[in-house]
Amino acid sequence: MASSTMNHVTTFIPPFDFHQVFIQPWTDYGTTFVWVAIMGFLVTTACGVIGNYLVLRRMSLVGDAISHSVLPGMAIAFFFTRSLASWPMFIGALGAGIVTTLIIEVIHTKSRVKQDSAIGITFSTLFAFGVILIVAFADKVHLDQECVLYGEINFIPLYPFTRIGDAAIAPEPVFVMGIVTLFAITLIMLFYKELLVSSFDPGLATSIGLNPHLIHYGLMCLLSVVVVSAFESVGAILVIAMLILPAATAYLLSHRLPVMMGLTIVHALLSSLVGLHLGIWLNSSIAASMVVAGASLFVLAWWFNPDQGLLWRLFKKRLDPIYAGERDPT
Amino acid sequence: MNVGKRKRGYHVVPAFRNGDHRHHGVPGLLFLFFFYATLPLQAAKIGDVVQTDLAEQAIRFFTFKDPSLRYALLGSLLLGISCGLLGSFIVVRKIALMGDALSHAVLPGVAAGFLWNSTKDPLAIFVGATLAGLLGTLVVTWIKQTTKLKEDAALGMVLASFFAVGICLITMIQKRPTGHKSGVDKFLFGQAAALSQQDIILMLVTTLLSIAIISILYKGFLVASFDAGFARAIGFPVKALHHLLMLLLAFSIVVALQAVGVVLVSAMLITPAAAAYLLTDRMHRMLVLSALFGMFAGAVGAFLSFWGNNMPTGPFMVMGASAVFMCAFLFSPRHGIVIRSRRHQNRTRRIQRENMLKSIYRVLEDRDFKDEGVSLTELAQARREPIEDTQKYVADLVRLDDLTLGENDNLIYFTPASYQHACIIVRNHRLWELYLTNEAHYAADHVHEDAEKIEHILGEETVRLLEKKLRHPRLDPHGKPIPGIKDVADMTPAINRPGDRAATGCGERRL
Repeated sequence: MASSTMNHVTTFIPPFDFHQVFIQPWTDYGTTFVWVAIMGFLVTTACGVIGNYLVLRRMSLVGDAISHSVLPGMAIAFFFTRSLASWPMFIGALGAGIVTTLIIEVIHTKSRVKQDSAIGITFSTLFAFGVILIVAFADKVHLDQECVLYGEINFIPLYPFTRIGDAAIAPEPVFVMGIVTLFAITLIMLFYKELLVSSFDPGLATSIGLNPHLIHYGLMCLLSVVVVSAFESVGAILVIAMLILPAATAYLLSHRLPVMMGLTIVHALLSSLVGLHLGIWLNSSIAASMVVAGASLFVLAWWFNPDQGLLWRLFKKRLDPIYAGERDPT
Repeated sequence: MNVGKRKRGYHVVPAFRNGDHRHHGVPGLLFLFFFYATLPLQAAKIGDVVQTDLAEQAIRFFTFKDPSLRYALLGSLLLGISCGLLGSFIVVRKIALMGDALSHAVLPGVAAGFLWNSTKDPLAIFVGATLAGLLGTLVVTWIKQTTKLKEDAALGMVLASFFAVGICLITMIQKRPTGHKSGVDKFLFGQAAALSQQDIILMLVTTLLSIAIISILYKGFLVASFDAGFARAIGFPVKALHHLLMLLLAFSIVVALQAVGVVLVSAMLITPAAAAYLLTDRMHRMLVLSALFGMFAGAVGAFLSFWGNNMPTGPFMVMGASAVFMCAFLFSPRHGIVIRSRRHQNRTRRIQRENMLKSIYRVLEDRDFKDEGVSLTELAQARREPIEDTQKYVADLVRLDDLTLGENDNLIYFTPASYQHACIIVRNHRLWELYLTNEAHYAADHVHEDAEKIEHILGEETVRLLEKKLRHPRLDPHGKPIPGIKDVADMTPAINRPGDRAATGCGERRL
């Protein structure tokens, strides 16, 4: 039994071949993997930038909820318009995002159910509803239910290219994602001050005349748009990782929001590239591999960051008995 | 056709590797889905989707002819029990989303269990999933303790990262030659029909174990859930209980995995328990109710999934549970919003009515009850409101037979019953004012506001006590006579409308 198990494991992990894993994807397949990498980078950047605010506002799990509940929004938008255009999808997702936020609020303000339970109930119901819609009406079509969960970033290069005039720019999803990413970054830069103040000091924000509800719903709308455009490449659950992981990693490494934003983008770049190669090597889902790479980066930051990293603390504890009792030096 | 596409979908990476570009014409999966979705929809026959005879399917379900069906139903009921029980604890502890994180975190364990000997060995999967789930909860605690990240971020990260590892492993398994037959994908959305006898036995053992542990350590869990500090003070091992709870939680998630799927297990934990939480204040009742709701949701899911030709079970179970929650949310006798708003509405209406009766009484009192009829103008003046409003309220009361109109609808008269009611309200009001000045030493000009509120809810018994304590007073602090028990009792006929009951002392909660 044990030897057979060992056998499984050794055949399970493919042999590592540097040329095949790192060189071939860029030389032998034309632009295929370039687009996959760009898509991964765009998705992680857009998600990560918004994720910063989610982590700071302690709303990570609202992100979790919205990423699940855009599914019925998309399905309903499709059944109404029967088109694949991005606009109906965005509107469906926006509607779903707002409805989710509203339902969560209604449940936990109008009854004694707490917010965490309200989040859990809301998104699971909406997600289940979305799955039922898709399975019931699209059964003959064969939609991989799994695709909903982890997406198919590998298909991205196969979409028809968006053309402006005669020039083919990029595969459609990459093009749309690029616009959404730019849009998200522009909005965040425009409303930087408002978001900053309302995230760190809601009381001050209210007293200087900002409307926290408006900002909250605005952020949720932006989140829904980003999530829906990321949906087909990474699915409903991996997108949570892309929302939280870069921001959490950056949060450990810096105390300043602009630096965190920069680090988020670095994290996005590294995780999409490393993830791509990891996925090719292990022959596994590339989107999931990108998340695994991102998670590894987080673990690195968690253990080895010079400020409060686990390892460092262990050292300091040994060297400095006074430091030993202190958890947070700031 | 379907099979062919599914294979292509899974093999896309190896295809790239071999330099084989036969997928150039295949757009993304979502695109595929949406494109083909238009075809059956143009025909627009929902009946087409489920061609087999629904009635026949339903009969098959309820006669339990299929052994696989019996297993599916039994499994769903068992998972309802174990999830309902454990879910209650995480809901009252406000760590509901720990269930969510845990349920996603088991995925790599499931995949590793598969990998152990490439078959669906329930025991290997059980062990792997439990270990992965526990590792997930430990990592959450560890991140929370050693970084400045908050619980929500820690939960979200563990959830998604573990899930990603699981997906990596599963996609790797599926790309192996034996992968397609493995059925590992059933763990994502659940398929109760795929439960085997072995699975059921495992589920039964785990559920019984959970029930046994919870009932033995019930007191400890109870105290630790509601007041951890107190529990620690009286010597319960709170940390050990927490870890035990997490272990049981992992058990129940693993038990439920195959029928509900990884993604939606958390709903089976949270939703029935939250519904039960709205219905009762006692933990033991909540446990029982939650288990019952879980069983109901499980049975509904199993039935609908079977009915619709082996659709995934999980989403249907979740919808069943959500329906229960929705009912509790709307109609729970104490916390339901519909019931509460109706109660509120009734109370407002009753207070309005009583205030109107009281104003009429005051107008009559001011002229020493000389003429029985009160004119609309007088009443409006006394109430300091536009005459149209008064007219509207009076019309409402006339419709309820509380008042009668005379002389060209100009004069308003009490009926015997409503006069009695007015006396009761005024008596309540003035007794309370007197009580506040005499016993609580309020200034006489500060007592009116308070008495305005309390007059509607004082019961007969309290009023008797007040009278006794105040030695059957005749005058209130402002020198106005308090309608005595005689005024109230002498009136005929006796009060018999339900609306009057509140003022006579019983059933103040009813209206």
